[in-house]
Formats: sequence, structure tokens, C-alpha cells
Amino acid sequence: MLEKLLLNHYEAAAVILSGIGLTNLLLQRNLIKKIIGLNIMDTAVYLFLAAKGYVEGRAAPILIADGAGGWLRSSELYVNPVPAGLVLTGIVVSVSVTAFALALTLKIYESYGTLNIDEALLKMTQEQEQIEARIDEAEEEVLA
Amino acid sequence: MINMFAYNIPFASIFLMMIAAIVTPLLPKHGRVPEKLSCVMIAIVGVLSAYLLYVLTRGGQSLSFNFAMGHFPAPWGNELRAGPLEAVLSLVFSVAMLLSLTGNFASTAEDIAPARRQIFCVLVNLLTASLLALTYTNDLFTAYVFIEINTIAACAIVAVKEGPETARAALRYLIMSLVGSGLVMIAICLLYDLTGHLLMQNMHGAIQVLVATKSYMMPLTVSLALITTGLAIKSALYPFASWLPDAHGSSTNASSAILSGLVLKGHIITIIKIFCRVYGLDVIHVLRMDTVIFILGIAAMIMGSVHALRQKNVKRMIAWSSVAQVGYIFLGVGLNTVAGVAAACLHIIVHACVKPMLFTAAGGLSNAAGHKKGLHALMGTFYVNVWAGLGLIAGACSMMGIPGFAGFASKLSLTLASFEHGSIFWALSALAASSVLNALYYVPAVIVVMTRSKDAHKKFTAPPPTLSYKVSMSVFLALNFYLGLFCVPLLRLITRGVNVL
Repeated sequence: MLEKLLLNHYEAAAVILSGIGLTNLLLQRNLIKKIIGLNIMDTAVYLFLAAKGYVEGRAAPILIADGAGGWLRSSELYVNPVPAGLVLTGIVVSVSVTAFALALTLKIYESYGTLNIDEALLKMTQEQEQIEARIDEAEEEVLA
Repeated sequence: MINMFAYNIPFASIFLMMIAAIVTPLLPKHGRVPEKLSCVMIAIVGVLSAYLLYVLTRGGQSLSFNFAMGHFPAPWGNELRAGPLEAVLSLVFSVAMLLSLTGNFASTAEDIAPARRQIFCVLVNLLTASLLALTYTNDLFTAYVFIEINTIAACAIVAVKEGPETARAALRYLIMSLVGSGLVMIAICLLYDLTGHLLMQNMHGAIQVLVATKSYMMPLTVSLALITTGLAIKSALYPFASWLPDAHGSSTNASSAILSGLVLKGHIITIIKIFCRVYGLDVIHVLRMDTVIFILGIAAMIMGSVHALRQKNVKRMIAWSSVAQVGYIFLGVGLNTVAGVAAACLHIIVHACVKPMLFTAAGGLSNAAGHKKGLHALMGTFYVNVWAGLGLIAGACSMMGIPGFAGFASKLSLTLASFEHGSIFWALSALAASSVLNALYYVPAVIVVMTRSKDAHKKFTAPPPTLSYKVSMSVFLALNFYLGLFCVPLLRLITRGVNVL
């Protein structure tokens, strides 16, 4: 068991990191910490992909000159470029999602003056109750 | 054979909507040009999909083809795939999207300021593009990218109506969606690691070999569990549905209609494609995921309706009813047979036509009552906006499964599909219980709306429904009756589509 963990230590680290990220994303009440949790989770996936895409002793998938005017074309010399491509796409997605989440957080902070999602909910319910009470009063006046 | 024009339609429809999204910010901000552009583009996509459907199913055949993006051959290049099922779904999606926009033309103008309306149109175009891409894609990582585009656009059309309530609902929706897409991403990485492919048919081949040799069964099960959970969160399967009523209940009517009718369906289609094309229904059964989906589907059918019973706000009630309807779809998927999946697809189509109609009707009625959403405030609004009233009644009958209405067709096919399954008792009991529960909250709503209140002429000063509202509502009603009365050819078509999936 421990041997397998040591052999796959990158993957083990990725799993632990994604667990930390997911827990933060779900359980933190502070919105900024939630978003940090999201980023940790995404980073864990990139670590996993990068670890899977790397083969020891092989070069990045860019042709190497063989010194005689040609190129070394054997696929044994290079790593698979697809995982790196996936990581890049993932980073782009994660940046845009983070920006959007931060924008919404800012909006909530402007409305309620708090980053705690529970406090914001409490304030919202109170405000709604007040508005409903006011509407009821107005209706009663009209009827009277 | 498929002609060149039809061959390019899947890519062209996605590309057209993308181009529309890019062009929209350049249009004049005032007036309604951006919305008209969106409507025209979606209508074009609808016509193209109808033609594609005709070409693929002409003369009783069921053709399908792979479109190689950039002409790179299969294991390396990115691919789109089109068959009868994909064509009929994109046709239904574009029709429902168009009607949701035109039906709520007036209420969108009231809820959203002109400058933001342009952004709304960009988001709607992106959302349509992502739905089409999820329907057509043959590459799992492309599916992931479009799931994320779909997430951002869907959360943003909630937040586009100003107010702290929508910002909070959108943020909650976003967080749950991000948990879902994170799980999907991890699962796709695991699958890529196991199979070495991203194209669905190549993954399928590799997974067949893994299952036959009983190797790497644990990672395979984990990947399936993660991808199903991730997409179930995004499609609001019951225990993960708590975000839905907030998001669908607080947004503007057009957004609610689009979110409930279409956005959820994009993710369900992805699940169905992953089950049928990546793992294969036999492997799903070996890994026991069909039982999990079946049980969760039944729980959703019951609990969604139980929650809907307790709502006082009409839009939140309809939103919880969506949770129950998603349960029906997952019940069909959980049967894990071709007939079950076909019935699930029929219910996707039925719900994509009925739920936008219900939201449009509820919007019209609460508008008639002076923008109040409480159920009791809607008393007598039927007589102010007859079209909305008719829409609510037809939608309610459909959700209860009254013969002749759309919901009856899909419930009937779900029932027939469950006859082939071992757990027929549970499936039939759940269908019966859920139908009764649906009636328990839809019938009182209809009664309230149709009860004349004494001071009706004093209370209601809302303008009469616009022409676009009437036209969209009559098309919705016609679709509802068409699906209810002539579902057999459609079901046969879907079954052929599922068979070649």
C-alpha cells in the first residue's frame, strides 16, 4: 500500500490537494476562501495531468536538430503534448471562472457589506420581510 | 449519402451562434436590434437542424456521420458527430430557445436595462452555442470546455437582472456548478489516463478491453462515479438540486424558461452520451451505476414535488417541479435499456417544450397581478391574460400526464420502457405517486388563477399581452398538443437515434 503511494507520489499529492480544495469550496462560509478552494482544486488537476504527461528522460515535443541538418523524428524521444494542452485549456477556463466568481462576490459585498454567505442570506431575508410588510400595509390602506 | 451542405451543418450551427455572440456587442445599444439578431440566428439554426434531420432520416434510414474538425484523422483530431438524435435535439433546443425569447420579449424589457440587454443577448447566444456543442461533440474534453462556457453563461443570465437577490442566487449556482465541473474534469483526466484517448468511440474501445480483462476496474468505477456526480449536480438531480429554485425563481422570466427548459438538458444529454458512447450500457450495468441513477431518479420524482407543494411563490413552485421532471428523465436513463434511454430523450424534448411555456405563462400572470409572484396574489388573473392562463392550464395538465397533452406521451413511454426492467414495481409506483403529487400543487394553482375575485376590475391595471406573447404562447400550445397526440413517430425516430448512438 505505502509502496504504491510512494511510487505514485505526484498522484497522491494531487488527490490530497483536490480534497482540500473541494472541502474548502463546499464548507467555507467566506466567499473569497471558497474561491481560493476552487483554485486549489483546479491546480490539483493540473498537477495530476502534468505528472501523467511526463516521462523521465524524454524532451518537450519540439523537434531536436540531429546536427546534420535534419531533425530527430523518433516518437520515443518526446513526451505526449496532449496533457500539456489540456492543462493550458484548464488554466484558461479556471481564470475566467475565478474572475466571474470574484465579480459576483464584489456585488454581494456592495449590497450587504459582508463576505460571509450566511450573513448575506440573513440580511436578504430580513429585507424581503420588510418589503412584504410594507406592501401589505399599502394594500390595507387602499382597501380601507 | 449525405451531401456537403448537410455534412457541415453541425459545425455551422455552433459557429453561427458563436459569431452572433461576438458581433452582438458591436450593435447599437438602444432599440432591440441585439435581441432580433439572436432570434434570427436561432431560427436559422432551427431550420438547418430540421434539414439535417430530414437528410439523416430520409426514407426510413438512420444515418450518422463524424465531422472531422480541420480534417485531422480520427485518433488525433477533434470531431463532431451527428445522428438522428442529435439533429432532433438541436431542432427542439433552438425552437424552445426562440419561443422563450420571443414570449418574454416584454418582460425582458421591463426587468433588464437596455445596456445590459445587449449583454443578455451575448449570453443567450453563447448558451445556445454551448448547448449545440454539447449535443454534437464527439470529444470529451471539448464537452468539458463547453460545459464551463455553459456554466458561466447560465450563471450570468441569472445575474443579469439587477438586484442583490439574483447576485446571491447566481453565486450559489456558480459554486455548485463549479463543484460539478471540477469533478467532471478530474474524471476526464482519469479516463484519458486509462484509455489514452479523448474521442468517444476510441475511449469506448479501450474501456471494452479494460472490462474484458478485468484490469483497472477501480479507477474506471471512480471515473464513472465522478463524472456522473459532476453532471448530476449540474443537471439538478435531487440531492444536489438545492441551488435550482433560487436561481430559476429569482431570475427574469426568459432566463428561468431557458435555464429550466434547456440548460439542465444540455448536461443530461452529455450524461446520456457518456453512458451510451463512452462506457456502453453493458459496462454501466457491470459498474452498477444504473441502479444508483434509478434510485436517485425516483427520489427526485417524489422529493421535487414534495418541495414544490410547500412553495408560495409561483416561479419557485415551477422550479421545484423541474427537479421532479429531471427525476423522470434519470429514471429512464437508470432503466439502462434502449427503450429507457429513448423514453428519457422523449421526456427531455417534452420538458424542453412545456417548462418554458409554464414559466412564460407564470410571468404573464404575475405581470397581470402587478408583478406579484405569490400564488394567492394571482387570483382571477386568468381573465386578465387569457393566453397566460391557457398556458398554465395546458402546462399543468401536461405535468400531471393528462392524455392528449405532451407529458402523457413521455410518461406512457417511460411506463412501457419499465416493463422490460426488473424493478418495474418501483418504477410504476414512483410514476403514479409523482403524478398525484404533481396534481396536488398544479390543480390548486389553476383553481386560484381561474377564481374570479370580486374587485377584479379595480386591482388589475396591467397592459394586455403583446402580439409576440400571443404568438409564442399559441406555438407552445400547439407543440404541447402535437407532442401529446402524435408522439409515436417521434419516439420511433428517437429510438433509431439511440440505436445508432
